[in-house]
Amino acid sequence: MKFEGTDSYVATRDLTLAVNAAVALQRPLLIKGEPGTGKTLLAEEVARALNMPLFQWHVKSTTKAQQGLYEYDAVSRLRDSQLGDPRVEDISHYIMHGVLWQAFECEQPSVVLIDEIDKADIEFPNDLLRELDRMEFHCYELHRTIKAKHRPLIIITSNNEKELPDAFLRRCFFHYIKFPDKETMQRIVEVHFPILKHELLKEALEVFFDLREVPGLKKKPSTSELIDWLKLLLAEDIPPEVLRAKDAKDAIPPLHGALLKNEQDVHLFERLAFMSRRKS
Amino acid sequence: MLVDFFLHLKSRQLPVSTKELLALLEALEARLVTGSLDDFYLLSRTLLIKDEALYDRFDRAFGEYFKGIEALPGFDAMVPEEWLELAARKHLSEADRARLQKLGYEKVLEQLNERLAEQKERHAGGSKWIGTAGTSPFGHGGYNPEGVRIGGESVGNRTAIKVWDQREFRNLDDTVDLGVRNIKVALRRLRRFARKGAATELDLDGTIAGTARNGGWLDLQLRPERHNAIKVLLFLDVGGSMDDHIQACEELFSAARAEFKHLEHFYFHNCVYESVWKDNRRRHGEKLPTWDVIHTYGPDYKLIFVGDASMSPYEVGRPGGSVEHWNEEAGDIWLQRLVDAWPRAAWLNPLAENYWNYTPSIGMIRAVIGNDRMFPLTLDGLERAMRSLSK
Ligand SMILES: Nc1ncnc2c1ncn2[C@@H]1O[C@H](COP(=O)(O)OP(=O)(O)OP(=O)(O)O)[C@@H](O)[C@H]1O
Ligand SMILES: [Mg+2]
Repeated sequence: MKFEGTDSYVATRDLTLAVNAAVALQRPLLIKGEPGTGKTLLAEEVARALNMPLFQWHVKSTTKAQQGLYEYDAVSRLRDSQLGDPRVEDISHYIMHGVLWQAFECEQPSVVLIDEIDKADIEFPNDLLRELDRMEFHCYELHRTIKAKHRPLIIITSNNEKELPDAFLRRCFFHYIKFPDKETMQRIVEVHFPILKHELLKEALEVFFDLREVPGLKKKPSTSELIDWLKLLLAEDIPPEVLRAKDAKDAIPPLHGALLKNEQDVHLFERLAFMSRRKS
Repeated sequence: MLVDFFLHLKSRQLPVSTKELLALLEALEARLVTGSLDDFYLLSRTLLIKDEALYDRFDRAFGEYFKGIEALPGFDAMVPEEWLELAARKHLSEADRARLQKLGYEKVLEQLNERLAEQKERHAGGSKWIGTAGTSPFGHGGYNPEGVRIGGESVGNRTAIKVWDQREFRNLDDTVDLGVRNIKVALRRLRRFARKGAATELDLDGTIAGTARNGGWLDLQLRPERHNAIKVLLFLDVGGSMDDHIQACEELFSAARAEFKHLEHFYFHNCVYESVWKDNRRRHGEKLPTWDVIHTYGPDYKLIFVGDASMSPYEVGRPGGSVEHWNEEAGDIWLQRLVDAWPRAAWLNPLAENYWNYTPSIGMIRAVIGNDRMFPLTLDGLERAMRSLSK
């Protein structure tokens, strides 16, 4: 079965090829790209399209690799022992299964999302090498090796905050989602707003891509901002003509707060607009 | 052919390993792509290249290797005969096929490859590709070379320029300059450098867990301290010629501030003199004597200057040379004092390295801080600077 995108997710050829390579050769797929280019969403959509259960692991700065395998809740056990709870005899009651354990024991092939791996400590990826390679790990408390019944498809996202170790990279396939071009963006918008008026979409995309060209922006608006903005335009019933103002550069687009989230960017943009208006 | 390609990538300084080559072979064996060169490009990029900063280099290397080639050459070794036949039937005329039968597929492919290799010009129109004279096994008028994309499905509307020729990822290449994105990578260099120097602290969770495991007997757990122990003094030039580099400096600064618990920063104009200041907006109001700075921070601090070091030689070498005020002592004397106080020093210069020799003041400053201690404000430069600082 091949991944080709879904009715709610637009995947370009390079992305589907990467996903299908990872599925076929059973390697983890590392995804990078600008914020809001659909990295996190990809795992959900792949799972849905290929009809596989999804296990999600959202990484934080304090996340440890071990937590993805299992955790031994020694404190509960101590408490139970002091309360004389008979459960205390069986240590397995205190072994909390992590995301990888759940995926390994799953009765069918599954998708595992390790989201924002770069947030964790730099040792985190290294601590997972063996697990990703062999798809197994040992639980010392139970004297048992947990081995994947089916190798899950592992999708890892990164926002580039930390460099990932080479040994880890060698085990992954890698794809960088580049910012969608106009045509792709149009398709993305269409899956979100199937009934959007063609006129409005065209004008809105013009404004959006122009805005991304404004030099010196701290944060260029991304897909998710575009979609939020379109929602607002629709809610406010803004007619396409308003966006058209032929020299779009000197008009400030309505509701631009949805596109520019950074105060400095808004100022910069307003100043530029003001200056070019004075010029003309 | 794949090994050749692989070695070519290596020769272009792409960090590809054998493990990845084997993965690529595995993928080809699994028929993940057929003969389409476009797909082969995407597949090999996915499997071999692990950093978008290297995409552009890969594009160039790929373009060089497959220059003038439309389909996978030498791919025949892995392609079953029937499959070629199928392709042939689809694309070749009766006469062609007769000829094919006579010569055999291998021979024909070989000829084809030779011909393709001879083709010097890129993006040449289809008709020029393979000879149209009757001598060519593929030589019929109106023949479209796309047809020989062995078994390759067409990838939709193809443009004259190949994907890898579009150099879309050029701005992600990290050897160009620091830029908005690259500063983040620079931050990682700083971070790596910041991780040295471990002390120990009480691991509370570990202690609780250990104690519980111990059946209530205290089990102290210690772990390496996480916050970093590196101390940095950052001296930033805010002289007029630095205006072009403000963004890079700002970002470097905020990156560094997030990284170092012990970071102190000071501003100066062109060269350091008897005072520096902490707040750039009030630089004429709140001056800080440089001597005070020298006396405040111990020798375990590392010293980093950021500046273009470009000014008139007087500003470095003469008393009274400063453009802003009357300096009793020359700039190089003050520089020397700073370097004496913190011998582990580096100077990051946003000017491209090949201009350095044309600016006398740069030479003068390097004479004071050490010739090998000025680094360009690029990723590579930062990396070298950090390495030299951690020695
Ligand atoms: N290819 C796409 N098809 C459909 N919707 C998309 C696509 N790309 C992005 N979107 C929209 O953008 C939103 C943001 O996507 P997502 O959260 O997956 O981005 P991300 O790359 O993980 O961002 P971040 O780096 O901030 O985590 C999605 O919820 C979706 O609405
Ligand atoms: Mg995300």
